[in-house]
Amino acid sequence: MTAASKPANEYVVRTKGLVKEFTMGGETLRALNGVDLDIIRGEYISIMGPSGSGKSTLFNAIGGLDKPSSGSVFINDVDMAQLDASELAYLRCHTIGYIFQSYNLIPVMTALENVTLPTIFAGMPTDEGIERGIEMLNKVGLGHRLHHRPSELSGGQQQRVAIARSLANRPSIVLADEPTGNLDLKTGTEIIELLRELNKNEGVTIISATHDYKMVDVSDRVVWIRDGKVAKIEERADLDIKVGEIEGEH
Amino acid sequence: MKSETGTQAASPAIQRQIHLPFSKAWEISLKSIRIRLLRSVITAAGVCLGIAFYSSVKTSGLFPMSGDPHDPAVIAAGHRQEWLAIMALLVCAVGITNSMLMAVTERFREIGTMKCLGALNRFIVTLFFIEAGLMGLVASVLGWFSGWFIVCVVHLVTEGPHVFTAHVLSASLKQAVISTTIGVVITLLAAIPPAVNAARMPPAVALRTTV
Ligand SMILES: Nc1ncnc2c1ncn2[C@@H]1O[C@H](COP(=O)(O)OP(=O)(O)O)[C@@H](O)[C@H]1O
Ligand SMILES: [Mg+2]
Repeated sequence: MTAASKPANEYVVRTKGLVKEFTMGGETLRALNGVDLDIIRGEYISIMGPSGSGKSTLFNAIGGLDKPSSGSVFINDVDMAQLDASELAYLRCHTIGYIFQSYNLIPVMTALENVTLPTIFAGMPTDEGIERGIEMLNKVGLGHRLHHRPSELSGGQQQRVAIARSLANRPSIVLADEPTGNLDLKTGTEIIELLRELNKNEGVTIISATHDYKMVDVSDRVVWIRDGKVAKIEERADLDIKVGEIEGEH
Repeated sequence: MKSETGTQAASPAIQRQIHLPFSKAWEISLKSIRIRLLRSVITAAGVCLGIAFYSSVKTSGLFPMSGDPHDPAVIAAGHRQEWLAIMALLVCAVGITNSMLMAVTERFREIGTMKCLGALNRFIVTLFFIEAGLMGLVASVLGWFSGWFIVCVVHLVTEGPHVFTAHVLSASLKQAVISTTIGVVITLLAAIPPAVNAARMPPAVALRTTV
């Protein structure tokens, strides 16, 4: 999984002609309108767009949390539509980690129990799961809050627990939907830096839907979406030039 | 898998998710009941009261009635008691269905989250099955006992110990089993359909609901 030995299947996620329609009261709304996207293994990619542009819908489709109306999602070259419920659960458990705006920790469980839960679903022995949970919580800087419940933690700390949980089964992809949406500027920046660090150190692909411009700085690529379509894709190099231009103007 | 070069390390093949042992579900369910104790107690209290009422009506019926057993008034009183017992169960069923619907709806988000982490639908249903079954069991046993106990004390005080015949005692035992079974079945019937429904939702739908 290191950058040096680049695997042959370079793309970890590919979407082809992704369409998602919602029907409400006889009216059909196209939240996704033909999204083609290739995400490179190990990159940090941000999906940027205004509220209502379809970011969460795309997040759900890539994460196998909702079925698209048409088009396909390939994870590691496997067409998600071909998977049955049990294989989909395996994929969610082992291959993808999820981070949400509202953290979505299980309120009745402690930080450690929350992080250990995916290892239980993966069938890992209890001792090993706890060990892994402690390791992950240490990694996100919460080694001293193992036995606190979510209600006893700050927003930033809860999001750190959620990040630790998303990594518990060492997924190849971490999907984040507005991970800084509920956080103040400083805490949000810390979370973004943590995600970047994990992306670099663990080689995990990070796909983050956001309208937080702080995210642009750390991204390898930024996908701009508007009205359910990819408006443009910017590479790191383009982004650097743009930042340079802006600085040059002042 | 169409990976020609066979770099499985980077993209391990997708397997079937394992079924977790019952003991894991048991562990999580117990924790869930314990931590939501107040809520669990209130839900269980509904079942307990319903079954207590049912049990008291049924226990009263065990003791010989004063008056001529062929007297139409006495027969009518007997029928009225049957009706009371059935009404008690109906009220109990409606109340518990409401509580369970609430309890499941309140946890849509948690259910969606667990599915994101790899839970199978079956596991979600098992969790609710254990929680509802346990609450139903404890509440029904308590309910049966309190109904039975109160009626027995009343008869003991008003008529003396001679009314406690072997027949009354063995019939009481039988009613303990029947009352408990009814209580558990009602609780499970109320809990399982909403739990199955919630477990089947795509996680995105379960996660979007805000209660
Ligand atoms: N379950 C749903 N039912 C109906 N409309 C939906 C649903 N989910 C999303 N939408 C609509 O789809 C569009 C895209 O939504 P979303 O993906 O949540 O946008 P974003 O995350 O970029 O803010 C919006 O117009 C939204 O109202
Ligand atoms: Mg959104």
